[in-house]
Amino acid sequence: MIAEQRGRTIKNVLMCSALAFAALIAIIPLVSVFGYVFLRGFSSISVEFFTSMPRPVGETGGGMANALAGTGILIGLAGLVGIPWGLAAGIYLSEYVAAGEKGAGLGGAAIRFGIDMLASIPSIIVGLFVYVVVVMPFKHFSAWAGGLALGILMIPTVARTTEELLKMVPVHVREAGLALGLPRWKVIVYIVVKGSLRPISTGIVLAIARVSGETAPLLFTAFGNQYWSHDLSAPIASLPVQIYTYAVSPFDDWHRQAWAGALVLILFVSSLNLLTRVILKPSGRAGA
Amino acid sequence: MEFDLSNKSELAKAKRDFHPGDRIFGRALMLPAYSLLILLVAIALFLLHGAWPSIQRFGLKFVFSSTWDPVREVFGALPVIYGTIVSSSIAVLIAAPVSIGAALFLNELAPRRVSEIVGHLIEMLAAIPSVVFGLWGIFVLAPWLRSVVEPALGRFFGFLPLFQGPPYGVGMLAAGLILAIMIMPTVASISREVFHSIPRVQREAALALGATRWEMIRLAVLSGTKSGVFGAVILGLGRALGETMAVTMVIGNRSHISASLFAPAQTMASAIANEYAEATSDIHLSALVGVGLTLFVVTFIINAIARIFVWRTTLRWSAK
Repeated sequence: MIAEQRGRTIKNVLMCSALAFAALIAIIPLVSVFGYVFLRGFSSISVEFFTSMPRPVGETGGGMANALAGTGILIGLAGLVGIPWGLAAGIYLSEYVAAGEKGAGLGGAAIRFGIDMLASIPSIIVGLFVYVVVVMPFKHFSAWAGGLALGILMIPTVARTTEELLKMVPVHVREAGLALGLPRWKVIVYIVVKGSLRPISTGIVLAIARVSGETAPLLFTAFGNQYWSHDLSAPIASLPVQIYTYAVSPFDDWHRQAWAGALVLILFVSSLNLLTRVILKPSGRAGA
Repeated sequence: MEFDLSNKSELAKAKRDFHPGDRIFGRALMLPAYSLLILLVAIALFLLHGAWPSIQRFGLKFVFSSTWDPVREVFGALPVIYGTIVSSSIAVLIAAPVSIGAALFLNELAPRRVSEIVGHLIEMLAAIPSVVFGLWGIFVLAPWLRSVVEPALGRFFGFLPLFQGPPYGVGMLAAGLILAIMIMPTVASISREVFHSIPRVQREAALALGATRWEMIRLAVLSGTKSGVFGAVILGLGRALGETMAVTMVIGNRSHISASLFAPAQTMASAIANEYAEATSDIHLSALVGVGLTLFVVTFIINAIARIFVWRTTLRWSAK
């Protein structure tokens, strides 16, 4: 009896420590990745990184100014596609499907399933799709194609967060609007959505954070460019693709640039994630 | 009375026309929402369209032939399918126990402060872009594997064909490890969600019966969530199958089937990313799109299965 008790206690201690150990292992790679990116990144970064163009092999120095600008342009184009599309789907799901619109139940389940599937398609497949649809017919890579690929990748995040956040608006708020004789679309636009603008914007920021590090879909859509380009129908440089190109090159100087680029990218993505918390915090009501 | 209330269609019409703007607005939202389904179908169809020349030329041999030779324009996807399956299996074998263990520790054992902080840290892993993992893989992980891990594995387990051959660093093992790291946050956070759906009273009942902490976890938490946890692992697998950049940067990119995990290999996603630039002939491009189509179909099926498993568990407990 006592022996059995002891056996159970020992097993309990062993298993609980194993679980704690698993949690420890899970954070080791994070520490290593962050550690190396910060160490190597900070020792390679300079003002020149932000202001200069890439230099040819052999010349030291140079920066990624064009890639930084390119990433900005691509995110802007992506937003034009992903934000309205995602918002519309999210509002529809929350206001028409969740409200039990006749016949919307099955369609709503199908749309939600579609959003889940869209979110889980490998991003390189989306890039390949845009390649077949846009790049092959026009026979050249372009910023438009890159923006479209990133935009499609934004839709699921925007749609899901919008739906979840709008569902938090109490039903009596909608009913109050309807009781005043407002048409439903006005209730949705001016009361439900307008009152949730802050939380909804977090969904958009999250989506931007997700796509700003995407590399694979840009390889054969936006391609890359060693020069300045404002022409949206021409290939355009971007930070992630530039990091990739430099990382797989055999040149030490380019490796340093890649680490600096990785640092900038990680800081950008982390600060966007942080921004979502700041947006939600000051007025506790907006989030809850 | 203005309306004949007994006439249902007239009543419905009167209701419908009361705010004409509502119908327009509803339709205007319905269109983009349903068009997401059309987008999914379009992705499948356009990939099929792009892959058509190679499907016509190679037929089923495309999936079963192990020769991938751009120079002679013979394309069989078996090496890249093999590479995808093996690298993802390594990832799941490593990531599943670690992330499920971590999820249990964070949900059931750790003090609230600890579980909040560690939970955030694990989620930060998910926010790191794939290309940054690749950079870390090239300059940190691969050299470590080459100089420490692979020689050690070769010495102690060298009798297995898995661990034979020269230690390159870059190769199947590096790809599997980096994938394991990348899918850990997915598996952990969905497992946490699944464990969270178990009502508190279940745990209290187990403890009240004299169960130890571990017995409580096994009886009250794990036994009711098996299918949900399975779903979480499969979702992780789905992510691993399609992960591109980090794998491309550490797998060595050689479309060749080798028994050794130390050898360079190629996955479906890395083949597309790596060869699109060299693909000068139309048939090579079409073969790459064909690989993409295969990948799309496989990940779609895997993710659909995983969703069903996760839904089944969380819905079952939330319904009670």
